[in-house]
Amino acid sequence: MASAPDVEMRAGRKAVIEHEGFLRHARFRWLKVALSVCLIALIGYFAADVKPRPYGGSWYGYSSGTIGALLIVWLALLGIRKRAMTAGRWSLKAWTSAHVYLGLALIVIATLHTGFQFGWNVHTLAYALMLLVILSGIYGAAVYAMLPAALSSNREQLTLGQMVEGIRAIDRQLLDAAQPLPQHYAELVLAASEEDSFARSLWCRLSGKYPHCATQQAIAGFQSADADPSTARVETLLIRRKAQLDRLRRQTRLKGMLDIWLYCHVPATIALIAALTAHIISVFYYW
Amino acid sequence: MAFRLRQIDVTADGRKIARDKDIDQPQLTIGRAAENDIHLPDLAVEPQQARITRLAAKRIGIEATGTLGFTIDGAVTTAATIECHTGAELRFGGSRISVSLDADEAVLLTIERVEAATEPNDERGGVSLVGVLPSKRAMAWLSALLILGLFLALPIASHLTRGPDPKAHVIGDGSWSPGKLSAAHHALESRCEACHVKPFESVRDAACLSCHKDVHDHATPGHLGTARGDPPLGELLLQSVAHRFGKPGPGACVECHREHESVGQMALPRQQFCGTCHASLSDRLTDTKLGNAGDFGTLHPQFTPLIVTDPGSRAMRRISLDDHPRENGGLFFPHKLHLDPLGGVAKMASTLRAERGYGNQLACKDCHHPTEDGVRFLPVRMERDCEACHSLVYDRVGPTFRTLKHGNIPQMIADLSLAQPSRVVVPIRPRPGEFAAGGTYYSNFTSPGGGSVLSRAFTRQGVCGECHTPVFTGGQTSVMPVTQPLRYMINGWFSHKAHAQEKCSSCHNADTSSSASDLLMPKIAECRTCHLGEGSSAPVPSSCAMCHSYHPATSAPRRAKPDRN
Repeated sequence: MASAPDVEMRAGRKAVIEHEGFLRHARFRWLKVALSVCLIALIGYFAADVKPRPYGGSWYGYSSGTIGALLIVWLALLGIRKRAMTAGRWSLKAWTSAHVYLGLALIVIATLHTGFQFGWNVHTLAYALMLLVILSGIYGAAVYAMLPAALSSNREQLTLGQMVEGIRAIDRQLLDAAQPLPQHYAELVLAASEEDSFARSLWCRLSGKYPHCATQQAIAGFQSADADPSTARVETLLIRRKAQLDRLRRQTRLKGMLDIWLYCHVPATIALIAALTAHIISVFYYW
Repeated sequence: MAFRLRQIDVTADGRKIARDKDIDQPQLTIGRAAENDIHLPDLAVEPQQARITRLAAKRIGIEATGTLGFTIDGAVTTAATIECHTGAELRFGGSRISVSLDADEAVLLTIERVEAATEPNDERGGVSLVGVLPSKRAMAWLSALLILGLFLALPIASHLTRGPDPKAHVIGDGSWSPGKLSAAHHALESRCEACHVKPFESVRDAACLSCHKDVHDHATPGHLGTARGDPPLGELLLQSVAHRFGKPGPGACVECHREHESVGQMALPRQQFCGTCHASLSDRLTDTKLGNAGDFGTLHPQFTPLIVTDPGSRAMRRISLDDHPRENGGLFFPHKLHLDPLGGVAKMASTLRAERGYGNQLACKDCHHPTEDGVRFLPVRMERDCEACHSLVYDRVGPTFRTLKHGNIPQMIADLSLAQPSRVVVPIRPRPGEFAAGGTYYSNFTSPGGGSVLSRAFTRQGVCGECHTPVFTGGQTSVMPVTQPLRYMINGWFSHKAHAQEKCSSCHNADTSSSASDLLMPKIAECRTCHLGEGSSAPVPSSCAMCHSYHPATSAPRRAKPDRN
């Protein structure tokens, strides 16, 4: 017994030293719980033996539907819970881990609830929205596991502000260095320096492809220029600007990929809760 | 000259003033302390922060001498080399130093005090998607309101405010239908409220009975309750929960007749549905006459057809086939004799082949004609089915034959009493074998052996007596009435049409039956060669609904309906 606090301390230290993500939390405790829930749901589905064919209105259908609906509400509460970061057994990490795995288990529970009966109605709408939420959640968990490392290595210890400031610094030098150049070169430089580093469409941001990049066009324009020192200086600065811009765009792309799923996950969750409400009320309104 | 410092100051009215200062030394120090070559009075700058060294004509090096490092083109570093003809921008605290090469090839350091750089915020603009996409909150509210409005508020409002007109439809409730109705209820597809009468009340039997007015109960509610007995614990729990929520049952229409299944026909009740009560019915319903039945293959009583036991009163009784019942329909008729391929009947049949379409011998179809629906057989009619051989001709006047009218005894008596015995004939068509004098079918009206023509007709060999039993009622000679039941199985359905691929003899042993009292019905064992229970591997797995209806009716059970395959 004497060694108990020691063990606890070591465990605590270990937890601090080795970071354990929400997916691996407590040795996949919630993955195990979710798998057990799925197994029970499957056994129940086949044991219920609803004839002529399974549907949401059987005792199994009502049970799985109730569990599924409560689960959806609880899963959605992460949106509120996440605003309070706490540690321990009911830590936010534990909650997030449960959110991910129980959310996945919901696919099984809700699908068995439907009895594989789908149609063009509000009930299937709720199911489809639920799948949309879960699939976007799977994407989100995947990018959270994979992208932050790339995001971190891309920024090379720069803050976003420093990246932007770096481009601005080059722009100032560009505007200064381009003073002696003929007008058509000056226009290329001006267009490059006036280009907004962030704007453009969602597609540009997520694909990282900027087909009409003014900096790139300016570099192309300078390639045919005479090799005089002032032109060479501007070209060097433009190439430097392009490198900085590319890094910023990679950052934008990675951040976009990290953020985009929430634009589906969150509104679809609210829409799902609305559709779920309509589903439940309509089923009992026309019972 | 090594370095030219250009200090840019801004006057109170915003004008910029540039002051140049040339320093001819290989190194410059930068810091807050006054002794530095480039003195930046800014608390964000260290007293000695960096040192600039001229490395070549157009190249300078810069290294941090303090701990903070410096910013070059936006990036923080501690040492850097700058090609002066390309230039760079250094930043120390709130001051910016632009490096370039002046016209006389002096390294020009332009020092300018600037406002603190605005850090782009991740959440507003910058790399965040805010501004690129509609806000999450707006999308959430919009979609939620759309869904609640279209799929909840609209149908409920329409339902609550619809007028008393029965044709007034509820708008938008189509989105609530979980599946298509069965074919029989297709017309109700857009009239949900026809069945879902009250909000939040499950469909009641009354809604079904408002159209299905003539559906008979399976049994009295008392009998049904007793027959069901106590359900198992799980079932009891489910029932009590269902009752608590206002579900009807057990025995409610909707328990069996599930709708919105998107299938053409409503699903048939399972065998288990009947078996729950009937498999052990006698345990609970002690006064029942029904045998226990739970599976056609393993638990089903022997057939008990309804047969005529007394032809005079036409009394009928249900007797189990195991009890070797004898039928008495009031007729003499040996099937064996008629079906014998070598006998006189066969000869007669082949003689009449051209005229009647018989084969080389009589076949079942020559006398038994199916009903229009093919399910059963019409009663045998003397005129159509027998008279070709069993002629009732009794007289000849010139080329014309006079024929007795079958079924009308007073008429027959009148006809025969007026006939001249010398003229009474058997038909002139040649009839060999048993149709000759002394043969079974010899109708001898003119025997000189004594007795009247009339009385001889009723003898066992007479024209009437060979098929009918004479009786004396009301002072008159008559014959026993003949009863030919159309349906023996009154509670079970059997369709001959469904068995058309079988021969008659597969089930009916007519060719060995010498007496009309033989009941030529197959026993259950014969049916079981093809038909076994619902889950069996028999050629035809047969649930109860194949032969039986839950709601007593004279029509076919649902499984056997012509439109169901």
